[in-house]
Amino acid sequence: MSIILKEVHKAFGDNQVLRGFSLEVRDGETLAVVGQSGVGKSVALKHVVGLLTPDEGEVWVDGQQVEKLSQEELYEVRRNVGYVFQFAALFDSLTVGQNLGLGLRRIKGMTDEKIRTRVRECLSLVELEGFEDRYPAQLSGGQRKRAGLARAIATEPKYLLYDEPTTGLDPVTTTVIDRLIIRTREELKVTSVVITHDMDSAYRVADRIGMLYEGVIRFMGTPEEIQACTDPVVRGFIEGKPELLEGAG
Amino acid sequence: MRMKGDSLLAPFGMLGRSAVDTAAQIGRWGGLASNTIRALPRIGIWGRLLLGQMARIGVDSVPIALFIATFTGVVMALQASYTFTGAVPLYFVGTLVGKTMVLELGPVLTGLALSGRVGANIAAELGTMRVTEQIDALETLAYDPVAYLVVPRILAGILMFPIVVILATSVGIAAGWLTSLQLLDMSTAEFMKGLRLFFEPWDVQFAVIKSLSFGLTVTSIGCFFGFTTEGGAEGVGTSTTRAVVVSSMVILVLDAFWAATLL
Repeated sequence: MSIILKEVHKAFGDNQVLRGFSLEVRDGETLAVVGQSGVGKSVALKHVVGLLTPDEGEVWVDGQQVEKLSQEELYEVRRNVGYVFQFAALFDSLTVGQNLGLGLRRIKGMTDEKIRTRVRECLSLVELEGFEDRYPAQLSGGQRKRAGLARAIATEPKYLLYDEPTTGLDPVTTTVIDRLIIRTREELKVTSVVITHDMDSAYRVADRIGMLYEGVIRFMGTPEEIQACTDPVVRGFIEGKPELLEGAG
Repeated sequence: MRMKGDSLLAPFGMLGRSAVDTAAQIGRWGGLASNTIRALPRIGIWGRLLLGQMARIGVDSVPIALFIATFTGVVMALQASYTFTGAVPLYFVGTLVGKTMVLELGPVLTGLALSGRVGANIAAELGTMRVTEQIDALETLAYDPVAYLVVPRILAGILMFPIVVILATSVGIAAGWLTSLQLLDMSTAEFMKGLRLFFEPWDVQFAVIKSLSFGLTVTSIGCFFGFTTEGGAEGVGTSTTRAVVVSSMVILVLDAFWAATLL
């Protein structure tokens, strides 16, 4: 197992978000975590790269317990993890090329020429050739998401974490992003975790889907298995029927 | 009876919560300060950003600092002349303008103006970066956000505030001199006589020490409130306001502290 979360609890004040959340991501797979908005999907994902630390429980990446690492050790782990943020989180003051180059500058032996070449390769992979000199404010929502993905893959990470990669996009751009996620996995052989509440997107990109409900994984299985699941909570979510969720609660 | 007792205790409860909140804020500021000191050896990260921040924090602040200093110098000269009204020799206008600009108005007015321009700018920029996850993104790219965002701003503030203050003070004195020549029928020699009368080189060192501390105050408080921003646009607005208010208050407290300890 490459990424493991064991019995993670996390609260913000009185709001207990995760209540024993456990997850095991297998090498090379794309695992989607679905659930309603505000249920704690992004909170769970941020634990993987140490942006949040659990109140209880353990988070393991590549055999290392994240919350026990020193700052330098944590940076080493982060160099192997690409993170695609919900709203791309591109740096406003930098061009797209500079955004992509930022992570590359932290790698020893990367010259300016090598960085330029790698930036071009990554932008080509997400079909944004020639966008190096544009600023994030000059990009559309879909282009920003693609640029965010390009920045995440620039350092050739072993793991890719996607936080709501298709939220707020039109159906066509959503399909484009989903195809990019599949293409990235096939070409770079990365292990991915995709946080989403878009079931069509989850069916397209994921090998397995886990549903987060009330702070724990309620269901875990393949796209076919989740579609055949009879749990009213799972059915209520995937069919968009709140009455089933309320009945189960 | 119980309700009456509760309402009587309510102000104490609020006071207690406010004290706890303030103590927690000071503790978090201390945490950021200690992370900043720990990030200082990461020159590879902040070194290439320092010049840009010096330009933004220092060079870009020169026009507003000079504007304020010019009119302060003019008013100082006119008010000194009005106050003396024959009882005190007019060359004391030079003394008053010089001494007041160097010791007090140059550093403090520049510090207050820059707490608005620089402190608000830093808090708003870092606050926006916080709420749009850009600071989280920096961390995922294996950057220490304190080394990348905080250290160059604080160092730029410490280095550039004294330069801006010296420039502003010089321009303020020059404005006072020109006012004395044009509106008070004083000669340059009279003004200079007054200016030199009680001048001590220590006054300049005192102004530099004050402006160093103001630079540290404005930038560190701006970074702190920006870094700890929560929520969306409203959170950024709140952080920006707090940065300006708190740094202005600290500047005035420091002003009194330095006067009490160094003069």
